[in-house]
Amino acid sequence: MPESGIIVQEQTNYNNELGKAGKTVMEENRYELNKQLAQMLKGGVIMDVTTPEQAKIAEEAGACAVMALERIPADIRAAGGVSRMSDPKMIKGIQQAVSIPVMAKCRIGHFMEARILEAIEIDYIDESEVLSPADDIYHINKHDFKVPFVCGARDLGEALRRIGEGASMIRTKGEPGTGDVVQAVRHMRAMNAEIRRIQNLRADELFEAAKQLQVPAELVQYVHEHGKLPVVNFAAGGVATPADAALMMHLGAEGVFVGSGIFKSGNPAKRAAAIVKSVANYNDAGMIAELSADLGEAMVGINEQEIRLLMAERGK
Amino acid sequence: MKIGILALQGAFLEHEHMLQRMETDYFEIRQKKDLEQQMDGFIIPGGESTVMGKLLKELDMFEILRDRILSGLPVFGTCAGLILLAKEVEDNPTYFGSMNIRVKRNAYGRQLGSFYTRQDFAGIGVIPMSFIRAPYIAEAYEGVQILAWAEGKIVAARQGNQLVTAFHPEVNEDVRVHQYFLDMICR
Repeated sequence: MPESGIIVQEQTNYNNELGKAGKTVMEENRYELNKQLAQMLKGGVIMDVTTPEQAKIAEEAGACAVMALERIPADIRAAGGVSRMSDPKMIKGIQQAVSIPVMAKCRIGHFMEARILEAIEIDYIDESEVLSPADDIYHINKHDFKVPFVCGARDLGEALRRIGEGASMIRTKGEPGTGDVVQAVRHMRAMNAEIRRIQNLRADELFEAAKQLQVPAELVQYVHEHGKLPVVNFAAGGVATPADAALMMHLGAEGVFVGSGIFKSGNPAKRAAAIVKSVANYNDAGMIAELSADLGEAMVGINEQEIRLLMAERGK
Repeated sequence: MKIGILALQGAFLEHEHMLQRMETDYFEIRQKKDLEQQMDGFIIPGGESTVMGKLLKELDMFEILRDRILSGLPVFGTCAGLILLAKEVEDNPTYFGSMNIRVKRNAYGRQLGSFYTRQDFAGIGVIPMSFIRAPYIAEAYEGVQILAWAEGKIVAARQGNQLVTAFHPEVNEDVRVHQYFLDMICR
């Protein structure tokens, strides 16, 4: 089928919330397999890298996956302007450098960038608010892709809307490129508080909850029954130290993305390895005390009051 | 009977859920002092073998566990667990090296190569198999019993106290492969 044919199909399916209804068994399995890849990443640390050399450092430090991008969020923030999908050549270079899964970001709503990432067989696409949004209304209909998607969310409504669109993994938005964990904490707490509230509703109250959250009722039903999202949920945005990472694990994250925190710090390899160990043993404060010692300079943080651009406001 | 589950990274909770359903006791292994407990069987879950291998060594658990496996501790490795147990891994480092197999890592390519199938498992019958960026066993050497094939490749095998699958029984509902492992321990 010519590429243009696929795009036409994408557009006609766009507002079809029940896109799942017509799915074949094969497609159903594909979504399951994509959720399962996220399950395999749990308890791990996914690191932003901009070169094959950094990717190798990340893999050797124990990253369970890397996010290939041209500029880390702190630099995107500093440079300003429009931020887009990375050069496929650069992404391929990273794919060749490491054996662990490689993720890459596309702009919110930019399904052509997503098609390009799928064409180069990326392992996971991050439809990310870190890049400049390409569409200020619609997210990508992720059901139309074979390749899995992770999306950011600040609360349960955003998380379930993205899952309704076909995301097979969720992460908090946090506030990327700041080295300030406060927003990731806020988003994780908000999400889990709402999950607990849904759990305690009567079954006949779930439909109203779905209406208020602006999400599909069956996803609210799932949260009510299981007390968790139907997909894996990582923390992201502002994690800079082993203690930050352990904090997020205690708050219910199933793993951690570290963006600017590693390669904007004094000793990336050592800090990366320490964060990996801290996530694996987040209950052992004694061990994390040792891991936190002598790591060199952490990235310079920016408080949320000091930043002009709130990336977390993008894509609701 | 108590099973130790390696809980450094990956899908260890899924194995715990399987054991809960089978009313079997288990504990998580995250650091050296966890190995002081009585352990009748050891599970290495799916995840990234590079991460688990590195942490096993840096947390001083690698040699203890290798010695116990070599002296007969029943062990069940799924996907990354299979890689950690293999004697040879094509183009990649080896870890415990206790099982007489040659393994190809990421053998079906990237995530787009991941697949689901239902195939026969020796002595159990047809079971669901999810392959996620999975390896396969390129060659089974002496003493290794082949238990399952998929798409012309060996995807499950046993050598004495060691059981491995290239797929993930822990992510599907079927508990029979886990039951097979518990039966191995009892015998």
